[in-house]
Amino acid sequence: MQSISNKRRLSALKARASVFAALGDETRLSVLVKLSNGQPQSIARLTAGTDLSRQAVTKHLRVLANVGVVRSLRVGRESLFKLEPQPIEDLRDYLDQVSRQWDDALARLKAHVEG
Amino acid sequence: MSDRIEKTIELKAPVSRIWRALTDHQEFGAWFRVRMEGPFVPGQVARGRITYPGYEHIQWEAVVQKMEPERLFSFTWHPYAIDPKQDYSSEPSTLVEFSLRKIPAGTLLRVVESGFDKLPANRRHEAFRMNDEGWSIQVKNIAEHIEQTPA
Repeated sequence: MQSISNKRRLSALKARASVFAALGDETRLSVLVKLSNGQPQSIARLTAGTDLSRQAVTKHLRVLANVGVVRSLRVGRESLFKLEPQPIEDLRDYLDQVSRQWDDALARLKAHVEG
Repeated sequence: MSDRIEKTIELKAPVSRIWRALTDHQEFGAWFRVRMEGPFVPGQVARGRITYPGYEHIQWEAVVQKMEPERLFSFTWHPYAIDPKQDYSSEPSTLVEFSLRKIPAGTLLRVVESGFDKLPANRRHEAFRMNDEGWSIQVKNIAEHIEQTPA
């Protein structure tokens, strides 16, 4: 049991690190912003109105898809891309958890120096 | 959207007392719940063992960055690195900074943990400028951002 939960925790840690890294790029964030209405969109649509090439957008979509933030769907002959909010929500949960740990640690520090 | 955690706390004790509680390895260990092997030295790895019940098998490790007396103490570490069999050295590490400031009531302590995505701070700030509430961003926030700035 222990090793399974450790493994799961470890893979979660790796996944988080890569989601953070994938999101840490302005172009990719702007792609996510376009996808955030929940509607699947084509590469052409995502490229329109930007000074990015189709290839560049495709490359960024691939990075986002690799960490599970974006999913591609096949509709007829076209590939559409859709936002998957779960990994981003997981990141938020993770940071909330780290944040609570700091609250606890600082409360102990306070008791330590004021006590 | 920022990837940093920031905490500020007022402590009713002089700066010198807080500095000792942070940087004396035994005092640090008492409240941080780590049994440290030795003192903190800038540029060196500090090791210890977690004393938090249920986690005693876990080694605690950090690399001390700066020790500017009564002002700044910082180290890098791997948050949540709690599998003893795993080598975390290739995982991203975060920077933890404790800054102290004298206030009438005692000391204002600020703790910042940053670097969850390993990007230079300025770029991160730029990329995440759409909100500064930490990673509490959700799809909803992004959607609101779009409404304000139509493509």
